Amino acid sequence: MKRNLFNTVWDMHKVTTLETGQDQLLIGLHLIHEVTSPQAFQMLEERGLKVHRPDRTFATVDHIVPTANQERPFKDRLAEQMMQAIERNTKKHGIEFFGLHTDHQGIVHIIGPELGLTQPGMTIACGDSHTSTHGAFGAIGLGIGTSQIRDVLATQTMALSRPKVRKINVTGRLQPGVYAKDIILKIIADLGVNGGIGYAYEYNGEAIHALSMEERMTICNMSIEGGARVGYVNPDQTTFDYVEGRRYAPKGEAFDEAVEFWRSLASGPDAEYDDVYELDANTLRPMVTWGITPGQAISLDDRIPSIRDLDEEQRETAKKALKHMGFSEREPIKGKKIDVAFLGSCTNGRISDLREAARILKGHKVAKGVRAFVVPGSQQVAAQAEREGLPDIFRDAGFDWRGAGCSMCLGMNPDQLHDREMSASSSNRNFIGRQGSPSGRTLLMSPAMVMAAAITGEVSDVSEIVPSPEPVR
Amino acid sequence: MQEIKQAISHVEGTAIVVPGNDIDTDQIIPARFMKVVTFDGLGEYAFYDLRFTADGQQKPHPFNEERFSGASVLVVNRNFGCGSSREHAPQALMRAGIKAMVGESFAEIFAGNCTAMGVPAITLPHGSVQKVMQEIEDDPLIHITIDLPSSVITVGDASYTFDMPAAYRSALIAGNWDSTSVLLSHLDMIDNRASKIPYISGFAV
Ligand code: SF4
Repeated sequence: MKRNLFNTVWDMHKVTTLETGQDQLLIGLHLIHEVTSPQAFQMLEERGLKVHRPDRTFATVDHIVPTANQERPFKDRLAEQMMQAIERNTKKHGIEFFGLHTDHQGIVHIIGPELGLTQPGMTIACGDSHTSTHGAFGAIGLGIGTSQIRDVLATQTMALSRPKVRKINVTGRLQPGVYAKDIILKIIADLGVNGGIGYAYEYNGEAIHALSMEERMTICNMSIEGGARVGYVNPDQTTFDYVEGRRYAPKGEAFDEAVEFWRSLASGPDAEYDDVYELDANTLRPMVTWGITPGQAISLDDRIPSIRDLDEEQRETAKKALKHMGFSEREPIKGKKIDVAFLGSCTNGRISDLREAARILKGHKVAKGVRAFVVPGSQQVAAQAEREGLPDIFRDAGFDWRGAGCSMCLGMNPDQLHDREMSASSSNRNFIGRQGSPSGRTLLMSPAMVMAAAITGEVSDVSEIVPSPEPVR
Repeated sequence: MQEIKQAISHVEGTAIVVPGNDIDTDQIIPARFMKVVTFDGLGEYAFYDLRFTADGQQKPHPFNEERFSGASVLVVNRNFGCGSSREHAPQALMRAGIKAMVGESFAEIFAGNCTAMGVPAITLPHGSVQKVMQEIEDDPLIHITIDLPSSVITVGDASYTFDMPAAYRSALIAGNWDSTSVLLSHLDMIDNRASKIPYISGFAV
């Protein structure tokens, strides 16, 4: 079949073409959270509209949730207000809400897949730019703004122009100590933070299909960091095995039928694309960001670039980055001191991330002076980690073990950087101020590399700490 | 249903320049100011951390400069509004008085959010943006008009043809940038489409 998955799924959900030339796209699954939805409900009510498909809408709380003390009412009055707003709105409109009391609360992009809500072939919208995460299943995951949340609530559709599709073909195999996070950081570094504007990214190739679902989610999650609103992987047996048996997954005969349907959606070997980009996984090394955009990433063995070696258009942001980070041109990134180690977020807060981190950490201690904490992406991730005894490994090493939420990925809850602290973080954004302190600094890297940094107190090669870490896949 | 339908084909006024590439939405509105259940009052927090020190002292930033006060057109460089999808970012700018934006490029979700609020985000090539920025620097009171039907922006005596996604342009001109009512008028088609999608109809065997 010459068609790629993206176009097949898009056409299946296209209601009509609007006068503006945009398509009206049906949204199969709408996920909402506390930060971007209250204004949408307000607009809906101002117009006397109701939610068209509450049965296709699911809600949770993640951004503002404190991860240390979750007692209600929250200490933060504003956070408590937002919490009450989503409780009220979901109740009023008959929307299922995975709140703190449900065992299923967590970061929206973690609970969707975990509950089996996320399935291949769906269109999935959420008022959050990392909705691309769900593309790992061969779905179209769309991050939307609040006005579009209003549209989806009211009509279960939204107006959108069809993007082009770029295939990113990753050949070879990852070396030990190199992870999915490194693949996506490399792609963003190569193609640029705006290289994906107007594109959906299809991640393909043997290196991608060798990855677990959770690793694929890490890659799709950060598509938006490369400017691509949508990123996806064609569904395969790994996908079906993951979905099977989950709470909202089709059951019995319906599951078999679903698998047949899902298989039929995948891009064939002769599928056509608007662009193709090739990457070799064999030569990849751990990646670390040195600047203030996720595209300012280099391999651990490389030096921070000198301004004049950069393209003209990258220089200004690079200068700003050096100034903010307090780094100099041509310095090695390896050996940079850190103050904080953060493991968590919708990029790397899943059980396999925690397992791999614990495997590396076991028997080690967090370096003196480093604040380290691990925040499971969902209550289910936390429960599974507890069954496996992971919290003790983290605590013994000197990590703080927290409740589920977005935590230090963004400064909307009590977990924040202070002043100019330097954080080694498994999250997705190193923007100035992102982790809560306007002068705080963020180094993005894989969970394994965050552990290495926590143990040594500086950016280090994980392979030198745990000889040849076994890949989890 | 209350319908919001206002054709936006023309924006004019003075401009403010915020130079720099890759200005993300965390910089436009820091996350801690998003702990709100309405967009009202966000205007005063636009670019907050770039405008104020931790103890509330003003820092040099265009939004603090008297000469730009009252500006309704924001001029920026490349990849403006990248990062988080928060509509709080364009909302904060709009509530700070911005009615249109001119830049080399805008992040995709951000541009969509602007349109959904009735704020045109138009693009010009790098060289033209530099020129426009210089003219405004030289004379912050220079008059700017953006005309959507002709795709022309006039800056003092100079005029440039701008670019913007055709769908956004026509939605603004036709006054249906607030898409809800248009989408809602197709309810039958929506339900019909939904009934044909296997996972919505439950993979009936
Ligand atoms: S973990 Fe971070 S990026 Fe993910 S949804 Fe939460 S705040 Fe957004």
